[in-house]
Order: sequence, then C-alpha cells, then structure tokens
Amino acid sequence: MTITEKQEEIVAEFALFDDWMQRYEYMIELGKSLPLIAPEYKTDDNIIKGCQSKVWAHAELEGDKIVFTADSDAIITKGIIAILIRVFSHQHPKDILAADTNFIDEIGLKEHLSPTRANGLVSMIKQLKMYAIAYQTQLS
Amino acid sequence: MSNTSLDLAKIRADFPILQRKVNGQPLVYLDNAATSQTPLPVIEAISDYYKNTNANIHRGVHALSQEATEQFEEARKKIQTHFNAKHAHEIILTSGTTHAINLVANGFAAFLKAGDELIVSELEHHANIVPWQMLCERTGAQLNVIPMTEDGTLDMGVYHSLLNEHTKVVFVNHVSNALGIINPIDHIIEKAHAVGAAVLIDGAQAAPHIVPDVQALDVDFYTMSAHKICGPTGIGMLYGKAEWLGKLPPYQGGGEMIDQVTFKKTTYADLPHKFEAGTPNIAGGVGFGAAIDYMRRVGFDAIAAHEHELLQHATEKLNQIDGLRIYGDVAKKVAVISFNVDGIHPYDIGTILDKMGIAVRTGHHCCQPIMDHYQIPGTVRASFAFYNTHDEVERLVAGVEKAVRMLR
Repeated sequence: MTITEKQEEIVAEFALFDDWMQRYEYMIELGKSLPLIAPEYKTDDNIIKGCQSKVWAHAELEGDKIVFTADSDAIITKGIIAILIRVFSHQHPKDILAADTNFIDEIGLKEHLSPTRANGLVSMIKQLKMYAIAYQTQLS
Repeated sequence: MSNTSLDLAKIRADFPILQRKVNGQPLVYLDNAATSQTPLPVIEAISDYYKNTNANIHRGVHALSQEATEQFEEARKKIQTHFNAKHAHEIILTSGTTHAINLVANGFAAFLKAGDELIVSELEHHANIVPWQMLCERTGAQLNVIPMTEDGTLDMGVYHSLLNEHTKVVFVNHVSNALGIINPIDHIIEKAHAVGAAVLIDGAQAAPHIVPDVQALDVDFYTMSAHKICGPTGIGMLYGKAEWLGKLPPYQGGGEMIDQVTFKKTTYADLPHKFEAGTPNIAGGVGFGAAIDYMRRVGFDAIAAHEHELLQHATEKLNQIDGLRIYGDVAKKVAVISFNVDGIHPYDIGTILDKMGIAVRTGHHCCQPIMDHYQIPGTVRASFAFYNTHDEVERLVAGVEKAVRMLR
C-alpha cells in the first residue's frame, strides 16, 4: 500500500466512531501494536525529548524501504506513534519525504501534533524525515 | 458538606471564562496554581485605565499622566497594605516572581565571594533555583540544599546543620507549587537571621491562599505574581526591607531609575524607582490593585475555609481510586493535589481529562528535583481556587476514574 492508501485506510477506520472516547480507545489499542524499538536502541541518546512524554525512535533500511520502530512512556503518545509508523514504515525514503501528516487532523487527533503540546511528537516526525533524508542519500 | 460563607453563584458570575465550554463540556478549571482566572472588576479596571487614563507615569505635567501616576501609586499602596509592609517604597513592581528573584539574586553578586554559602530547598520552583545557581557561578559561592523527607516536608534537622557563619542567603518558597505544602517559613527566617543570613521567600503559591504579614515574619524579601491572585499576567512584586533595597545595586539601567545622568557618573533614583527602570506595566499595576481589592472583598478567611473543604473532599474521594497516590498529603497544605495512578503516565490522564473539559496540569511543574526525588516523570496536579465548587470536585474524581478505566 502507498502512504496515501494507508492514510485513507486509517481515516476510514476512525470514521466508524461517533465520539472522542471511542477514537481514543482505538488509538490506545493501536498503541499496543506498535513495533517496539529494540532495547539496545532505547537509550538516553535516542530519546526525543518532549517536556511531557518521552519518545524513542529508530529506523533501519530493508531493501529500499525504511522500517521504523519506536516507543513512548505515555500510552496516548504511543498510540499516535503507532498510527504514524503504520503509515510511514515499509516505505521508500522519497515517499516518506514527500508525505504530510494532514490525515491526523481528519481523524480528530490534530491537537496531539501541536508544537505547544510538548509531547515529543513534532520532533519525532522531524526525526522520521531526517532518517528518510539520510537513507535517501545512502540509496542514491 | 457544610456551607461556607462564600456565595459561589455570585462569585462565579464575576468570572466570564468560567461560563465557557471546553471540548463541548462546561469548563472545570483546576489549574489555578499555574494562573488564576480574572474577574470582571479586574478586567474592567484594566479596560477603564486604557479607555480613560492611559499615559506614561511620573514626571508628566499633564492631567492624564498625573492620573495614571496616581492610579499606579495607589496600587502600590494597596499592595503595601495587603502585605503589611512598613513603607510603600519597599514594594517594587516587577514583571512577576521570576523577575523579582532575579533582581535580588543579581544584586547579591555585589556582596558574595568564594566560600560564602547559600541555602535553597529541594521543593523549589526552577525560578527560585536557577538565578541563584547563576549567582554561584559568578561569585564562587556554594549552593546547599535542604532535602525533602518522604512525605514532602522539608528536613529541618538538615536545615539547622547547614546554617553557619558563611551562610549569606536562604531562599525557600512559602508554599510548594508542585505539592502545595506550606513550609515553616517563620522558623526558617528566625534560624537564618540567627547566623546573619538574609531570607527571600517566594510567595507565588502562597498569595492566593494566605495573607503574609512581612513585618511580623521579619522576612527580608518576599515575592509574588499578580496573576496568581486573579490579577493580570506580567506584573508582580518584590517586597524588600528598605535597608536591603537601599544596599542592593540596581538590576536594570534606563529611564525612571535615575537621579542625575552625565557621561561621567549617573546617580540613582530613590526607592522604589531605583528598581523600576523603563515604562512599567501601568495597566497591569492598576489590575494588580483591583485584584487585591477583589480578593479582600471575597475575604481570605472565607477563601481559606472553602478551599480547605474542597481539598478535603477531593483528597478523600481521590484516595478511594485504586492505585492512586497523592504526593505531599500532609496536614499543612493549600488546596493543591499532586498525584499519580500506578502504571499510568500523568500526561495520559491530563489528556483524557482535557477531553472532558477538565483543566489540570501535568508534568514536572518546573520542579524537576522533586520529581527526581520520587523517581517519577511528573504528576497530575489539580489546584483549586475559591470559585471552584464541590460539583467540580465530583467531576474531577469521575474524570480520573474514567481515564483510569480507559488507560489501564
């Protein structure tokens, strides 16, 4: 699936819910399926510091696709990461670089990607893109 | 629940923001320790000032300037009366507590040398730690720390052992912002004075709940911010004994703070202007005065009684939630409850509460040493004001219960 297809799939899943509670419960559920970062990469050096919650992210190249793993100490943050990684993982670096995260607005979770939220997610998205730039250079 | 003498319906009608909805729910505002809400009399005082009086103060010959000056100085007198300072010129209007502490810490650079010692507590806000650390870096003085005991109160035995003839300044908060604990400042001040040290008390969190008498306390410096007591942001005060303020060098240079300026030498203005360089926050000062009037009309005794009931109610109910732990649950505290629930990150609880229209603070509350002490990333902090109700306590408790069900 392309990034756009995955985004549409997630938007369709969230469209089934009537209220914020169901959306949050689903997001928390998705957090449990997050491909967790291996312990050796879950180091202080790899922490993406948000004032409120901590985020760890790691990327590896499989063929010409990037595979992301991550974690967070807060379960809601973890849920959002799981959604982002579901979209961006197993994709080509150039597609990751071209993609945006507007679908998060559509599923009613926009506030979590606000820079004022201090949960580390904005920095995490930058980090994912940095990995994509690095691997793109390596591939070309 | 017994009734206190506060007419809550009437009080709440004074706060337009309390009528609004957040995420589709009536707002329950429990982040009062961060900033309190602003009642109409304060909003109107600021608005009236801009509509009718706005001018720069001091030295203006025209009517507006004189009226503005009178209003600003009237506010200073209200602050003086409220805190029972001996002189109005012992009240320096600052941008807030942080500015006030920096002003004092910076001034002490003139008096300190390597080998001198300062004492801080583990309970402090970063604003009462970092300026003094910067001072230590500049002067070579040493910073000693009064540790917390497990219940969150300060270890007075260690405090006594830290005091000696090298101790120059002791700075402690009156009330801890992260935990709400009231520190024994009268004792702290007395012991510090016995070794000749000056004392600065950060009163930012005490001001909404307690009326300190700076003369009875015999405190050298006392600081607070107007927005903690229903006033505007960007204005606060430093109380300093006249003899100390006379000795301290000015913090910022500029207009207003001078007596004579020549390129050879400038002499400084008298107190309080020596520490009020530049055009001050005049409207803020007027709003600060109006906030003190408002709080005093409501009455601090009635405020304390009502808040104590809210605190007891919330503490009792929250303690019934499985796995919930309150930090600093001691007898002498203000209406602040800092807590965590086993296995759940405070950020998650705060996020769910926000979806239900309940505003709390989560995180380290600018007190990382306290969080390190308990080995936690932060807490959820619900802080109450006199305009909060028992119904709102019930909504908080129900909200936390719901969050725990969702997050476990």
